[in-house]
Amino acid sequence: MIVMTKDTMDIVREQDVVPFRNRVREFGTRIGMSLVNQTKLITAASELVRNMLKYANGGKVILEVISHNAKTGIRLTFSDQGPGIPDIAQAMRDGFSTGRSLGLGLPGAKRLVNEFDLKSTPGEGTTVTVIHWKHGR
Amino acid sequence: MNTTAQVLEKNKDRILEKWMQNQMADPSLREDLMTNDELQHQSKEMLDGLLRAISKGNYDNIYETEFEQVTDTLRDISITRARQGFSPRETGSFVLSLKQALIEVLVEQRQNDTSTLYQEIMLLNTMLDNLSIVTFETFIKGREEVILRQTDEISEISTPVIRVWDGILALPIIGTLDSARTQIVMENLLQEIVNTGSNIAILDISGVPAVDSLVAQHLIKTVSATRLMGAECIISGIRAEIAQTIVHLGIDLSNIKTKATLASALQLAFSMTNLEVRRIDRNKTNKLLR
Repeated sequence: MIVMTKDTMDIVREQDVVPFRNRVREFGTRIGMSLVNQTKLITAASELVRNMLKYANGGKVILEVISHNAKTGIRLTFSDQGPGIPDIAQAMRDGFSTGRSLGLGLPGAKRLVNEFDLKSTPGEGTTVTVIHWKHGR
Repeated sequence: MNTTAQVLEKNKDRILEKWMQNQMADPSLREDLMTNDELQHQSKEMLDGLLRAISKGNYDNIYETEFEQVTDTLRDISITRARQGFSPRETGSFVLSLKQALIEVLVEQRQNDTSTLYQEIMLLNTMLDNLSIVTFETFIKGREEVILRQTDEISEISTPVIRVWDGILALPIIGTLDSARTQIVMENLLQEIVNTGSNIAILDISGVPAVDSLVAQHLIKTVSATRLMGAECIISGIRAEIAQTIVHLGIDLSNIKTKATLASALQLAFSMTNLEVRRIDRNKTNKLLR
């Protein structure tokens, strides 16, 4: 896996969500991702970044254009130092929420992107990595 | 030996002159935004206040009462400049060029006493640095006020409720739908339903760039509130990519009437109110008239 472009954004308040989404869109346009795939990735990114703000008071996102086996894609890594997720299986279930929301953020984001990885240590923080290929399904 | 305050007081006119020279020499001076008389007046007021404050022997704590007038004047000037569109550099150079003038005069007066001069310069430095912090704080606050005012204006102009037909309201939502916007949208919409006695509201989301679960949740809330008022809600402007995204996210909008375009939403609204839009056959009507 080769990283071609890399960028980092700090997310600390609600106002950072829109510039961040625009950044993801910019990356998508740059590699020629179709509008549907761009929208999927942006929506997933939006969900994850909102979770980060709501549950961990913000964090950091790494945006990367990656290339693997002649495929180009975008990898986003969301890391925070929040309380962590005690039960990942429960958090990935549709409709489960500790914050009075629809409970679709995490499972929805997973369905929207090609690859999804969640690591969390209670008390230390959470890292979510998503990859969406240019010609993702 | 004279104290620093006394030395400065004695040379007040020279300081003012030097200070004005410094400010005039600055290439960034904005004569278009402010006349020289005005500048002279502000500078004099500031210097008077400052000399009065240090005559009490306080050089380091600008938050004491004797400095109140100085900081007030400075805040006044910074906030006015922020509103008038001065750059931070132009605003900051006001107080920073005073530092230069003060130091120049002290150097002239203390030629034989470098150790006193050194201490005096140190004191003045700290004091004026603190004053420039006040300048910038106020300047940024002034700018932030401008931004906040604009934010309010934007949220106000971006949520118009349009009466498209008797009993049918349309509400085009443009931009990101966050909690604060939803509140405004909902308030405007519900109020307009009462005012016009409408029973159908069309929420058009063509201008919403991304629909994530939070936005969807806000939409669902707005629709439920509208229903509680006895009106029906149609969501229009769902683009192809948004539709696919909503499905993958798993958001259930099945009990909400949705349409791709505002036109089809209006058509649905017409049929719900038993109205019909027909093309008139001119020939037929002409024949009838004949």
